[in-house]
Amino acid sequence: MTARIFAYIVHKAGVVDDSAAELFAATKKMDASASPTALVVGAGAEVEAICKTVAATFPEVWKVASDTLAYPNAELIRQALVKVVPQGAIVLVPHNHFGIDLAPGLSIKLNAAYVSDVVGVAGVDGVNLKVVRQEFGGQVSTHVRCDISSGAVVTVRPGAVKANETAAIASAVLDKSAQVGVLTTKRRYLTTIAPEAGDVDITKEPVLVSIGRGIGEKDNIPIAEELAEAMGAVVSCSRPVVDAKWLPKSRQVGSSGQTVKPKIYLACGISGSFQHLAGLKGSPFIVAVNKNRKAPIFQVADVGVVTDMLEFMPELAEKVREAKKVTV
Amino acid sequence: MEILVCARRVPDTSENEIQLNSAGNDIERDDLVYSINEPDNYAVEEALQIVAKSGGNVTVATVGTDDDEEILRRELAMGANKAALLADDAFAGSDAKGIATVLKRFVEKNKFDLVLTGVQAEDGGAQIGGMLAAMLDYPFASVVNSIELAGDKLKVSREIEGGNREVSEIELPCVLSIQTGINEPRYVGMRGIRQVASVEIPAYGASDLGIHPGEVGTTAAKIKRDDYFVPALGKGAEILEGSNEEIADKLIELMKAKGGLQ
Repeated sequence: MTARIFAYIVHKAGVVDDSAAELFAATKKMDASASPTALVVGAGAEVEAICKTVAATFPEVWKVASDTLAYPNAELIRQALVKVVPQGAIVLVPHNHFGIDLAPGLSIKLNAAYVSDVVGVAGVDGVNLKVVRQEFGGQVSTHVRCDISSGAVVTVRPGAVKANETAAIASAVLDKSAQVGVLTTKRRYLTTIAPEAGDVDITKEPVLVSIGRGIGEKDNIPIAEELAEAMGAVVSCSRPVVDAKWLPKSRQVGSSGQTVKPKIYLACGISGSFQHLAGLKGSPFIVAVNKNRKAPIFQVADVGVVTDMLEFMPELAEKVREAKKVTV
Repeated sequence: MEILVCARRVPDTSENEIQLNSAGNDIERDDLVYSINEPDNYAVEEALQIVAKSGGNVTVATVGTDDDEEILRRELAMGANKAALLADDAFAGSDAKGIATVLKRFVEKNKFDLVLTGVQAEDGGAQIGGMLAAMLDYPFASVVNSIELAGDKLKVSREIEGGNREVSEIELPCVLSIQTGINEPRYVGMRGIRQVASVEIPAYGASDLGIHPGEVGTTAAKIKRDDYFVPALGKGAEILEGSNEEIADKLIELMKAKGGLQ
């Protein structure tokens, strides 16, 4: 393959994001002999330090430094990349809140193909990059062909392509900042607002009874609370429950909510989107209760119960209370 | 303010078990329950709330076929003032860039201050809004979870990691992709839908929009699906069998063993 491959390096507060190593692994799956280039954008001493770190993995590092780029505003970064990235290149970006802000417009400005939210890379066949995507909440997957003859922008789902151990190298850092010139934007970053603290801290709970869309309506929330109380647990949830305003944001598990690390995670009526699962760390014992046997949650759960959660939860609560009486 | 909301009709994954068809080249589409893509519905609600404050009109458009008219009608019942069906045989097989191209031409034929899309579609990947913005040279913000009017600008927040909100100021006209949960979409009953049943929804084809067939559809698409398959991801969960009562007993034993029940 002749196309030059780039990986966009996401970093925050001087720390390189995990996606950097995953994108490096993805470039190798495209072409084992690829010599991928890391694109590091930022400002000041921080961008220097990030370049140094990344140069231990990537055979080449391109630095794009400017005071205007101190905060990662995708609107500004896109303009900068258009000036730096050569025609016909393949650019990998993590499929996160930043990647989806940057990548679709970048593909238009580079006149390159855009393939988003890739979960697997099968390789390159002639002018086609072959990748795997998921559709319909992960219920089905699809092999996708992407014509890379005029380049491509590819967003890769975080955690989907496993990073490999790589031998540390010491690569050159090329400074491309001079090519960028003056950047202007019609979208200006103002501030970041931290989430409001909730009544309970789900990140510290050893047992979570977590509910999803399957809870059906607000009036059913007490069914979950009753089970949680019996188990000595608290109720957490997935995004649809917060969207519907049935529980506060502080109870949400997922990439846009809290990262939890319980011992036991009882997922009731949760389909198991990757954004939700991204908030689950520390290998908990996962129990999935869902009436849809095809729900992706069953792929990651340790045990599954295919049933209506609204009937099952009161039954389980009752049994837990009985079991406790016996032990006393 | 004149607002365009780009919407799509998709199979509702909360109502359907998605199966493969026998050829493995598509999902089985018979008997699927379709609805408006959920984030798009939030986008329509947001648009309605904005025009309630600022005045103006909400137009809902979709690139699709006659079957997709039902979601436009639903959004009219919700309160949208206008709808447009962008339909042509030449659009079939379009990839995201093809769809964004059709929408771009529709935007250029009209005058909108603000264009909203849903953050992503069930079978998509957060593509159209950002592509459309770049084609129009409008500023763009994705995963938007609040919008405030601020004179001739908007103050928007984006949902970023860990429940944080990134606040920016953005000039109009702009394109925003809307996250679910930004508002509480109003209920649309059968009665509301019946009231708009006879509203004529204009359709625009390739020639109306000045689109050459080569720019869109299968020929222009750089992204093509080879097949659909059901992923085999590890061994999966051990499924507990029996009555709910029996399963509850087994589950309690398992959870005790894992130290989860005292």
